[in-house]
Amino acid sequence: MLWAAVHLPDLSLQLRLRGTAAPGPVVIQDESHRPRVLSCNDAATGLGIRPGMPVSAAFALAAGLHLFTRDPEKEAKALRGVALWAGQFTPTVSIASGNEVLLEIGGCLRLFGGLRQLGGRIRANLRELGYHAVVAVAPTATGALLLSRAGIATSVGDRHELRRALAPLRLRLLDQPADTIATLAGMGVHTVRDYLALPRDGLARRFGQRLLDEIDRALGHLPDPRPPFIPPARYATALELPAPVQETEPLLFAAKRLILELAGYLAMKQAGVTQLRFEFEHADRSATRVAVGLSAANRDAGHLITLLREKLATVELPAPVETIRLIAAETRPLGSSNRSLFADQRPAAEDRWRVIEHLRARLGADAVYGLEMFPDHRPELALRRVPAGKAQDGDCDLYRPLWLLARPLPLKADDLLPQADGPLTLLDGPERIESGWWDDFDVTRDYFVARDDSGVKLWIFRERNDQKNWFLHGLFA
Amino acid sequence: MSSALQTLLQNPAIWRGDEQARVQLPSIPTGFAELDRELPGGGWPRGVVSELLTERSGIGELSLFVPALANLSREDGWLMLIAPPWIPYAPALAARGIRLSKLVVVDTHSDKDTLWAAEQGLRAGNCSAVLAWPAAINERSLRRLQLAAEEGGSFGAMFGAAARAAPSSPAPLRMQLGTRQNRLAVRIVKRRGSGRVPTLLLDVERNRAAAPMPASRFRQPLAHAGA
Repeated sequence: MLWAAVHLPDLSLQLRLRGTAAPGPVVIQDESHRPRVLSCNDAATGLGIRPGMPVSAAFALAAGLHLFTRDPEKEAKALRGVALWAGQFTPTVSIASGNEVLLEIGGCLRLFGGLRQLGGRIRANLRELGYHAVVAVAPTATGALLLSRAGIATSVGDRHELRRALAPLRLRLLDQPADTIATLAGMGVHTVRDYLALPRDGLARRFGQRLLDEIDRALGHLPDPRPPFIPPARYATALELPAPVQETEPLLFAAKRLILELAGYLAMKQAGVTQLRFEFEHADRSATRVAVGLSAANRDAGHLITLLREKLATVELPAPVETIRLIAAETRPLGSSNRSLFADQRPAAEDRWRVIEHLRARLGADAVYGLEMFPDHRPELALRRVPAGKAQDGDCDLYRPLWLLARPLPLKADDLLPQADGPLTLLDGPERIESGWWDDFDVTRDYFVARDDSGVKLWIFRERNDQKNWFLHGLFA
Repeated sequence: MSSALQTLLQNPAIWRGDEQARVQLPSIPTGFAELDRELPGGGWPRGVVSELLTERSGIGELSLFVPALANLSREDGWLMLIAPPWIPYAPALAARGIRLSKLVVVDTHSDKDTLWAAEQGLRAGNCSAVLAWPAAINERSLRRLQLAAEEGGSFGAMFGAAARAAPSSPAPLRMQLGTRQNRLAVRIVKRRGSGRVPTLLLDVERNRAAAPMPASRFRQPLAHAGA
């Protein structure tokens, strides 16, 4: 077993900061009657604000600071998002505490090219999600957690090494009651090393089995089972912005975080998304909904971001956005993609839908379509629009023009012969088409192939009703 | 001396102006042997945007591409028609061997969208052909499209009115299409390799009903019906 512990310090603050590239001073306060500063970002620290300071004092230092109350529920939700995202690396993910996630990575090292590679990838991807995390790797879950809590982003391979790495850690990092730690400190026992120097039975008598068990688990003397994280059936995440924004680029910046998180979840589920819904929530009006539909299931974050970008270009936001919500409305199973053995320039088969979706996102779903034949004798009904790429191949042995006019164009006739910028020469015909008396689109026409004086071949018809009018219906082009 | 000249002329870096360069360009046969002979690479070039200047629409400009499109529809990629002037008539396309499942039609409301869509299609790398009908196209857009085509390796064709064409163009292949003697007259204005070519007259239409109908055959029933 090899565990990677992901520790997210000051989670409430991080959640506020990950949605923007340029935050002002942001302060998180606790929920008490006389609130104090729990955490603050660098911009706030630069103004002299420190954790532990009363909020009123912080306001005296910076009038324009963004103040938020810590929200454990939102923290828990965000942590579940991280756990879902982590599912792409390993099937064994566990939520260890309010701001810690454990990943069992011993079984998947080879897949990701070794510990260094995997550790680097987890750290880099977390940064892309907008999190500042301490990721520590150790052979025991508790050991990894203690290291990450201490802020040591290290990878420890075996238990001897782990014992050395844990020795200097402060005991207050343990999940023990505060008075236990205080009593130990009173005895001059501050670190794991100090603790290990004391006799076990005495410690057990004084502090109970709980303290011994935690350290034993950390060192690997006791088994350390962890409850697995079970993903929910429906995927939805939200991101609150530190300050409302209306411009596209900052919104995309924040949405990208959510999409990357979703991509990790989809990789775990071996699924792709076909319907994606974004809800941009405003302060005092109903949310703006933006739906992104895909022709084929996809989980490529870059592609999804491109689609959202095109879609946002066509949407007018009525007010600044405070919260972005992402809902994977429809997912479908999608096998993992095979990397090609030889450098192959041609895009994979599933990539072929990309360009279609890209066009649809900007031009509208109806503007990009395929055409297929439909068994009807009336020329304008012999084809129909279908979603792009879904058309059936057809075959036709009739002589038909390549271009059809959407609506037949009336032609003047002179001496019973049709005219179009000059006299027309009839080359072939008539082909009589009579159909549709049953559905109010009655067609009784004689079709001819004609040529105008500049040599353009036309498809014209003469109505067989009383008017005997001539119409241009197509060009052979 | 003469043998020294011969040796020199065998240097592949030297191109002699009196012969058409036989360049190895990935190309798709046009389906018209006399046109293939004149095109460097022996067909419609891939990775290149061709500019087609038509004297007027409907003279056979689409038929000129139909054999190539039919071949390309056997490949994996899409055949994309962007902002076509009229409805591409699916039965006629199918009759000429084009697989409709590969056909994608894109409607746009502005030239900006047309050129944008063409650029996306050319760049994507999975459109075997992108044909677009912008109302007007300037040198800058053509250059962008040319870069996109190079990146995606697609075959692109931009149709435009000959009357409104710019005097110069960054498109490596430029042709003017007109009609002479009821046939499509193709004049290669610019190509990679070498200079002027005589105008080619092509029978791009399926050869059917080339001769006019005898007036009697047509007039009689009409007169009868009109009476």
